[in-house]
Amino acid sequence: MSEVDNKNTPDIMDSAPNPDKEAKAAAAAEARAARAAARAKASEEETPAEPKPPSPNQPLLDQLAALIRAEVAPGAVEEAHINELDRHIPTLTIHSAFWYETAELLKFHPSLQLTYLRNLSGVDHETHLEAVYHLISLEHKQDYCFKVRTDREQPSIPSVTPIWSTANWNEREIYDLLGIQFPGHPDLRRIMMSDDWVGHPLRKDYEPLDPEV
Amino acid sequence: MIRTEELLLNVGPQHPSTHGVFRIVVQLDGEIITAADPVMGYLHRGTEKLAENLSYTQIIPYTDRMDYVSAMTNNYVLVHAVETLMGLEIPERAEYMRLIVMELQRIASHLVWWGTYLLDIGAMSPFLFAFRDREIIIDLFNELCGARLTYNYMRVGGVKWDAPEGWLEKVRDFIPYMREKLEEYNNLVSGNEIFLARIKGVGAYDAQTAIDYGLSGANLRCTGVKWDVRKDQPYSIYDRFEFDVPTGVNGDCYDRYLIRLEEVRQSLRILEQALEQMPSSGETMGKVPRVVRPPAGEVYARIESPRGEIGCHIVSRGKQEPYRLKFRRPSFVNLQILPKLLVGETMTNLITILGGIDIVVGEVDC
Repeated sequence: MSEVDNKNTPDIMDSAPNPDKEAKAAAAAEARAARAAARAKASEEETPAEPKPPSPNQPLLDQLAALIRAEVAPGAVEEAHINELDRHIPTLTIHSAFWYETAELLKFHPSLQLTYLRNLSGVDHETHLEAVYHLISLEHKQDYCFKVRTDREQPSIPSVTPIWSTANWNEREIYDLLGIQFPGHPDLRRIMMSDDWVGHPLRKDYEPLDPEV
Repeated sequence: MIRTEELLLNVGPQHPSTHGVFRIVVQLDGEIITAADPVMGYLHRGTEKLAENLSYTQIIPYTDRMDYVSAMTNNYVLVHAVETLMGLEIPERAEYMRLIVMELQRIASHLVWWGTYLLDIGAMSPFLFAFRDREIIIDLFNELCGARLTYNYMRVGGVKWDAPEGWLEKVRDFIPYMREKLEEYNNLVSGNEIFLARIKGVGAYDAQTAIDYGLSGANLRCTGVKWDVRKDQPYSIYDRFEFDVPTGVNGDCYDRYLIRLEEVRQSLRILEQALEQMPSSGETMGKVPRVVRPPAGEVYARIESPRGEIGCHIVSRGKQEPYRLKFRRPSFVNLQILPKLLVGETMTNLITILGGIDIVVGEVDC
C-alpha cells in the first residue's frame, strides 16, 4: 500500500479492520510458528547426535593444565577451556596467588617459551575484575590466552613486568582505567589520565566527578 | 671550579618532531641523556569507553582516528574481530578490495614515515617527494570512499563500496610508477654519507630485548626476527600471495629505515598479484544480519599494520554493543622501549630514535 493511500484514508484505517493488515499478521504468525518448529527440530536433531568432536587444540590445553598443576600448584588452574570462537585458542584461568610462578614457567619452560606478550587487557565483569594475557611463542607459533581474576573491592594481581617488559605500560594502563593494583610493578602510576584524576573510567559503575566536562 | 648540575628538560607536548602531542621529560648531564620519562595521554579520547555504548558499525569511524595515517588497517582489525566472533563468510571480491586498500595504505603510511623522518633529521626535500607520491594513494582512496584520511570504508561482512569504474586500472598504473620512485628515493637518500652518519648504529638493540618489550613491525624485524603476522598467522587472504619479509641484522635505525623501504616494494608485489587474481565482479557485502550482534564470547584479532601488530580484543555478551573493547596499539607498545634506548645518547639522537620507532600519537593514546 502506498503512502498516499494511507494519508487519504485515515478513518478507514482506524475504524474498520483492514483485510490487508490482517492477512499480513496471519502470515507473520505462521512464519513465526514455522521458525519455532524449525528451531525445535534443529535442537532435537542436535541433542541426540554424538558429542562435538574435540578441538584440535584440546591435547595442548590438557598438557599445559597438567604441567602447571604439577610444576606450580595443584590449585593454580581454576578453569581451562578451548575458545572455539577465537580460532580454538587454549584459554586458562589462573589463580592470582600462583600467577607469578605460572608466568615464569610459561616463559622459561622449553616446551612453551611464551616469550612474547602480545596483549594485556583488563575487563570489568561487574562481579569481579579480570586481566587477560595473550601470549605466543615466536618459535612454536602457538597462541595461548590466560586470565587472572581478582576481587572488585580490593583488586590486586601480581605484576609480570619483571618477566615481560611489555607488561609495564599495559599494567599502568589497566591500573589507570580499571584500578587494579599490580604489586611488584616498578613504577605504577596513571598513564592516560592526569595524576589527580578521581576514579577509574573503564569501570562499569564509573561516574565522572564533574559530568559537565 | 665550575659548578655542574643535571638539567631537567621538557620536550613537547607541542613539538614538530614528536609527531603529535607527545611529551618526554629528559634528564641531561651536559648533552648526554641520563634518564627519560615519556608522558602520554594528551590525545586520550577514551575510545574504548565510548565503544561500550556504540554498535559495532558505529565504532568503525572511531578506529579511523586512532592511527590516522593508516586508517584502513584499523578499520580492518575491528571488522575482522567481529567477523571471527560471528563466523561470517566474506565474499571474494570484498576480500580483495580490502587487501588492496590495506596494502596501498601500508605504502602511504611508510611514505609519511619516510618523509617526516628525514625532515626530523634535517633533510627537507624528501618530505616533498614522499608527500607528492602519497597524494596519489590519498586521491585513490578519496575516489573510493570520499575521504582523504578517515575512510570508514570497511563494514562487518565486506566493504561499503565496490571500486568505481577505472579505479583498479589506476592502482595498476601506480605500481610501476612507485617502483620507479623507490629507485629515486634510494638514489636521493639511502647512501648519503651525512644521513648514514646520523642513523647507522643509533638506537640499536638485540632480538631478545625486542621480544621482551613486545615490539612488532619493523622495530622487531630490524633485529633479525622474521615475524610478520601476514606470513606467520595469515588472516584474510594473505596466504595466497608471494612476498618476502625483510629483516635486519644490527637492530639500529638504519635497518628499520631499510626494512620500511623494502616493505613498500613487497606491498607493490602483493598488489600486483592481487589485481591479477581478483574476480572481475561479485558481491562486496556478505550475508550479514541487519543488526550485528555477535554471540557471547571473546576474541582477540590481530593483524599486521604498517607499525606492527594491531590487535582488537572484544568481550561480547551477545548484545549490539561490545561489553569490553580493547585495542592493542603497536605504537603504544613500541614506544615503551624509548626510555631504555635514550640513556647515554645525545639530545640530537632523541629525535633520530623517536622518529625511527614510527609512532602515531593518536594510536599511542587511543
